[in-house]
Amino acid sequence: MNNAISLTDLRKSFGQMEIIRGVHLDIKKGERHAIIGPNGAGKSTLFHLISGHYQPSSGSVILNDEEIGGVMPYDIYRKGLARSFQVTNIFPNLTVYENVRCGALWACGHGYSFWQQVENLEDVNLKTEEILEKINLTHRHNVPASLLAYAEQRALEIGITLAGGADVIMLDEPTAGMSIGETEQAVELIRSVTEGKTLVIVEHDMGVVFDLADRISVLVYGEIIATDTPAAIRTNKLVQEAYLGTEVTADA
Amino acid sequence: MSNLTQIRKAENIARKKRLRILWLCFAVILVVLPLLATKFGLTILTQICVASVFALAYNMLLGQGGMLSFGHAVYFGLGGYASIHLMEYVGTGGAPIPLVLTPIFGGLFGLVAALLIGSFSTRRAGTVFAMISFGIAELVAASAIILVGFFGGEEGMSSDRTMGPSFFGYEMIPQIEVYYFAAVWFFLATFAMYYFSRSPAGRMANAVRDNAERAQFIGYNPQKIRLVSFVASGFFAGIAGGIFAIQYEIVTDSNLNTAASGLVMLQAYIGGIGYFVGPVIGAIVMTLLNTVVSGMTDLWLLYTGLLFIGTVLLAPNGLTGLIMMHTDAYRNGKLSTLVKPYLIGLIPLTASFVGIISLVEMFSHRNEQTVGDDVMPLFFMNIDVSTSEAWIAFTILSLAGIIGLRFTIPMVRTAWHEANEALTLPASPTKQEGAKNE
Repeated sequence: MNNAISLTDLRKSFGQMEIIRGVHLDIKKGERHAIIGPNGAGKSTLFHLISGHYQPSSGSVILNDEEIGGVMPYDIYRKGLARSFQVTNIFPNLTVYENVRCGALWACGHGYSFWQQVENLEDVNLKTEEILEKINLTHRHNVPASLLAYAEQRALEIGITLAGGADVIMLDEPTAGMSIGETEQAVELIRSVTEGKTLVIVEHDMGVVFDLADRISVLVYGEIIATDTPAAIRTNKLVQEAYLGTEVTADA
Repeated sequence: MSNLTQIRKAENIARKKRLRILWLCFAVILVVLPLLATKFGLTILTQICVASVFALAYNMLLGQGGMLSFGHAVYFGLGGYASIHLMEYVGTGGAPIPLVLTPIFGGLFGLVAALLIGSFSTRRAGTVFAMISFGIAELVAASAIILVGFFGGEEGMSSDRTMGPSFFGYEMIPQIEVYYFAAVWFFLATFAMYYFSRSPAGRMANAVRDNAERAQFIGYNPQKIRLVSFVASGFFAGIAGGIFAIQYEIVTDSNLNTAASGLVMLQAYIGGIGYFVGPVIGAIVMTLLNTVVSGMTDLWLLYTGLLFIGTVLLAPNGLTGLIMMHTDAYRNGKLSTLVKPYLIGLIPLTASFVGIISLVEMFSHRNEQTVGDDVMPLFFMNIDVSTSEAWIAFTILSLAGIIGLRFTIPMVRTAWHEANEALTLPASPTKQEGAKNE
């Protein structure tokens, strides 16, 4: 199979409310796949279901030919899926350097080791420095993460996600709240660091979506109403209706 | 190789050099200190070693792992009881084990207990963890009274440290030998706990403390991280219990009840839970209060409580935090500019302290005295509490001190800000070593 992620009739209810109502979706290996949809459509819930934050009510989630529905988040991460969060989710009292280093520890195979010193783990430290360089935070490496500016925290959020070198990267609104300049930088960053990987991204900024994605899925009221190339999505009648008549354009 | 890699390597070498010097200083202090101490002082120093190991172990939970335990004396106490049993076993000819190794046995006992209890208590941090720790503490304390076989009931368990085989001619009979025994274990345990905090598991304990949810998404099971810290902490608490057992040759339920657990929490917090050495500072201060001040006044517990409240309200980073507030000034080379304002500020501070403490002591003496015993010793004087002169004098002293503080505090504050100022200028980024969360 050449699907990185495959969802079959995935459902999630909270009490009486069914938020995800039978999602079918195949995300190919190596593609950049965007999920868009109006507010409250269930995009973040879908992310939580794939990454193990929530357990599916029914249906299946397959990551690289392996069922991961109901698997704990850390086990899913160990199978090669890393995600970021919509609301910045970092380690506030640790320095920027340590934040990224924590992200690299497991992937470098150090697990729960208590007999080594992090300073001596050359592989982890080199990886950390490589990521810091990429996310442009090298000069801030010694600052506690809580003192970073908002855009820097967003970059750090992505850095922690990337540090483990997972094959499947899921980013939940990585550019939310950024200025135009910061967004451009973030898109370039995402493009470069996901080279040769599978990217799943939730994003409100249509400019970012149409710029970055190979394929787009539109999620409305817990169902995928269309999955196609950006050009085809743009002209899709159903999608246009879902956005209440507003046209889905690159500058929306 | 990136720029940062070079910086990191240089910093790492400097760091290791600095650490080697610090460890050496630590060892020298431990060796030299008893030579200056009286016999009573020697007992206190030994007590400080025990308290420090225990407080450091406690802080592996609270400061490093974000787990507030109300029952950590359980592992200290169990380690102590186990050690007494070992001493008894060795003493009655059970096995020729040198008793200087007792703390390892206490530690392993604490480790196993922590593994059993931690396997379910570390599932959550926060309130759930705190409540479970409290429940377990009550349970074990109650068991210590009931299960006479292991705990010896209310009398506790006692043994004799001198009955075992000597360890290269070392029999732990005089107090000085007991001190060195405790000091060596203090050094070893501190060394091990420090390097634990620098290990991947130790670093991830900090990460889980900050944000357990996120830790799950970088491959770590927060419960396991907490369990590793908890078990390590139980091990070192057990070691402290083992040293204690050798020193006092008796362990009772008062060593593992919630009061003992509360004491170690106070020590860690007053010392400063955000710093590795914080608990040691707290252990020193509290042990001195507990031994020296308790010999001077019956109200020492009141002062302990006030110290704790004062720390929580005024210096949430503890006494170590107060010291570390001066690292920037030190780096700026402006530490000397603070001496004068601090000395001036000390005058009204001392005046208000002496005044208020005197009033409290006199009030206490007036209420507690036997009839006719009006004269009490106070600050190297004999004060008659039945006359009004002393009351008036100390009231004036207190008020003068408090009024004085109103003037000196802003001055001290300004001086402190000036001494720290240079660092707010944009210096080269490598210079900002910042507050390291070690």
